[in-house]
Amino acid sequence: MDSPVIPTPPTPAVEQAAHAAHPAHLRHHFETVEQQKEAASFGMWLFLLTEIMFFGGMFAAYLIYRNWYFAAFADASKTLSIWLGGINTLVLITSSFTMAMGVWCAETRRRRGLVLSLALTILLGISFLGIKYNEYSEKFEKHHVPGASFSVETFVNPTADEMKNEKIVALAPDLAAKTEIYFSLYFAMTGMHALHMVIGIGILTVLLIKAWGGAYTNGHMTTIENFGLYWHFVDIVWIFLFPLLYLISRHV
Amino acid sequence: MTTIDEHHEHHIVSPKVYAVIFGILLLGTALTVWAAFTEMGWLNPVVAIAIACVKATLVILYFMHIRYSSTLMKLTVCAGFFTFMILIGMVMTDYISRAWGLW
Amino acid sequence: MSSAATPEQELTLPKRNFYNTEYGLLSWLLTGDHKRIAMLYLFSITFFFFVGGAMAGLIRLELLTPLPDLMASDTYNKVFTLHGIVMIFLFLVPSVPATLGNFLIPIMIGAKDLAFPKINLLSWYLYIAGASCFVISMVNGGVDTGWTFTTPLSTHYVNTNVLTTGIGVFIAGFSSVFTGLNFIVTIHRMRAPGMTWFRLPLFVWANYAASILMVLGTPVLAIAIVLVALERAFGIGVFDPTKGGDPLLFQHLFWFYSHPAVYIMILPGMGVISEVISTFSRKRVFGYAAVAFSSVAIAVFGFFVWAHHMYIMGLSNYSALVFSLLTMLVAVPSAIKIFNWSATLYKGSISFDTPMLYAFGFIGLFTIGGLTGVFLGSLGTDIHLTETYFIVAHFHFVMVGGMLMAFLAGIHFWWPKMTGRMYPEGLSKVAAVITFVGFIFTFFPQFILGYLGMPRRYHAYPPEFQVLNVLSTAGATVLGIGYLIPILYLAWSVKYGKVAGSNPWNATGLEWQIQSPPLTENFTEIPEVDHEAYDYEWLEHKNRQEVKSIG
Repeated sequence: MDSPVIPTPPTPAVEQAAHAAHPAHLRHHFETVEQQKEAASFGMWLFLLTEIMFFGGMFAAYLIYRNWYFAAFADASKTLSIWLGGINTLVLITSSFTMAMGVWCAETRRRRGLVLSLALTILLGISFLGIKYNEYSEKFEKHHVPGASFSVETFVNPTADEMKNEKIVALAPDLAAKTEIYFSLYFAMTGMHALHMVIGIGILTVLLIKAWGGAYTNGHMTTIENFGLYWHFVDIVWIFLFPLLYLISRHV
Repeated sequence: MTTIDEHHEHHIVSPKVYAVIFGILLLGTALTVWAAFTEMGWLNPVVAIAIACVKATLVILYFMHIRYSSTLMKLTVCAGFFTFMILIGMVMTDYISRAWGLW
Repeated sequence: MSSAATPEQELTLPKRNFYNTEYGLLSWLLTGDHKRIAMLYLFSITFFFFVGGAMAGLIRLELLTPLPDLMASDTYNKVFTLHGIVMIFLFLVPSVPATLGNFLIPIMIGAKDLAFPKINLLSWYLYIAGASCFVISMVNGGVDTGWTFTTPLSTHYVNTNVLTTGIGVFIAGFSSVFTGLNFIVTIHRMRAPGMTWFRLPLFVWANYAASILMVLGTPVLAIAIVLVALERAFGIGVFDPTKGGDPLLFQHLFWFYSHPAVYIMILPGMGVISEVISTFSRKRVFGYAAVAFSSVAIAVFGFFVWAHHMYIMGLSNYSALVFSLLTMLVAVPSAIKIFNWSATLYKGSISFDTPMLYAFGFIGLFTIGGLTGVFLGSLGTDIHLTETYFIVAHFHFVMVGGMLMAFLAGIHFWWPKMTGRMYPEGLSKVAAVITFVGFIFTFFPQFILGYLGMPRRYHAYPPEFQVLNVLSTAGATVLGIGYLIPILYLAWSVKYGKVAGSNPWNATGLEWQIQSPPLTENFTEIPEVDHEAYDYEWLEHKNRQEVKSIG
């Protein structure tokens, strides 16, 4: 290991030969491509662990307040559209499928397939966000955004329409006030989720451009695989958010 | 060289598997919505979470390739969920014993 | 020559090392070399240590007299808040991992760099970004909620820079997460051939355990801060009691991180102590497996005890009992370490070099701090001692008497490896003793003050407490001097210190087998490890062989 002679840097010829022996994308601190791949995957999973704990805090808050203010949560949840929520769920699950297909295309060196899969994933992601925007603006109009302009009118004096179509029941004013907590959690959780989707779509766009140039169909598809992990994780968060936020007490 | 011998085959999951899982996920979604409209008392939230857990597990195992990954990756995922359960569980020891739906 | 086996020859610095492979500011600011990043961190955390120290100086100055005569109450609140925030997030959390860990872990395991060098650099930039937020907050008037950001004070009742500071905490948290992530992947995946888990130096085990805590715990702090920010900025309130929220929920989320955070801070320090004690007793660490597993045990159990910070905050009694019991459990692995280090010293060939002095200081002071932690962990005594100076003394004993001493031990131990030069031994010993004496005078009176009932975070107190406070401030002055002296001689040594050679301490470990300072790629060829950690016989054998070969 330690030689008494001061080590001399390798000659250019030696270095060139060494370089030729390994793929261009192998970083110098790794010994093999396999090691680099494993490390990258592991790193991505560890990052996803941090995301689990990040969202976990909000799930803990949700658990407590849903138990405390069940009637308010149930009522407030009814103002959300199951149709829009359900379609969004299907959209996101499909985007997970297209992303998984994208990974397969990268692994089997199908450049056009990869580009198509990524493009579809982006489109589905944007649709999700579009529907979300629609839902948010509806909440904004009805004064269900927590803060200064929050109004409990819907829950204290629901209109006949709301009582028939959305099955909203009238609540006592102090319980109705607790719907603000539901909406706080709704916006915090879906907002944080949407933020992750925006970031994901941004990265997807970059990946799409590079995939078009063949960057990921030449044997080095780690980036696509690892981004896929991120995208599936975002899907999993929504898989939990949907029943928890939209389907609280629809059977009543 | 890695000290631990992690030279498992790079398993390429086939689109057929993905399609099957995709189908199950769609069914699961439909099931969740149907269950939400069915009166099951205290079982309602349990069923909803259970279905969500199954869906999440399928995504993790197949879409995220954990089924075909090394033990280290499997342990890592478990560690994450374990810590999450500690957070939820031990926070709940406080709330269950002082304020169970009382407010 | 880079071998210490030829003392008669004049040692010179190796011609090529990681400092001179590239020149220029950008080569430092855009580096991927873990050693350069470690040095960047070293400068940054030292700078912020003195910022936090200045705050401490102001606190102690105010507390010289019983009356609130130096600053207004709000100002005092801001000073102790920023002291806590800067010291914890900008000094203690990154200190050993980001400087010594970054520098040494790849070398100790026989790798050329960490797994993700760019992410390593990103960690440093995130640190700087977070630190900048704190500076902006300070310049803008500070924040006065206490480093604990307790709701609803932080969400509704203060007009200070909670948002800016919160953003700083969030960003600095990510710095920590990425460092931990890097370490975990590196230690799992990049060990040299023959470097099995149980041949790793205990320093690596300690940083591994701390990294698990960083990765799993910090995000919960992040979400707690985000929710506070949302509540402050948009009224999206989950902690607001008037809207039906529970302020205690914030504390659950906050302490879920902040308790493991103290283990993030102390575990790497304990790793340093293992290395130093072994080297300066010329003996392998007693009970290697026990020390290694206890690091992991501290990390795991550390997640189960957070509500012992919340006993008087409205926690349920039954829950408090559970957490109290678990807190007793978490003390056990730490005690195991202390016993093992003591057993290492027993019948060892002990030399009192500066790192060893700091290590002795650590063992004594950390034990006291740790024991008082057990007093605080038990529900009954905590009711009386919490929120008094007893708590302040407790955590300063473990963090300053423990962690900071361990950090200084590590800096002195590995200084020759990082810079190629030795510091003046006499002066360093004097500084160590001054620090120890200053520390005792600063913080021991605070135990008494707390026991007698002086509340923490108050700048006015009953006159009968003045003597102890004056003693504490006097000690703080001595302590400050004790910390200033190393800055001076360490800086001096970089240019004028005696050249150290590759193994001035004749220590085991791969880092001592390479030149000082190391090459950028650490090793000219990846080592094959065939000996256990702390194998002094192997080292002996190797030294004899080397002398023969030079002849």
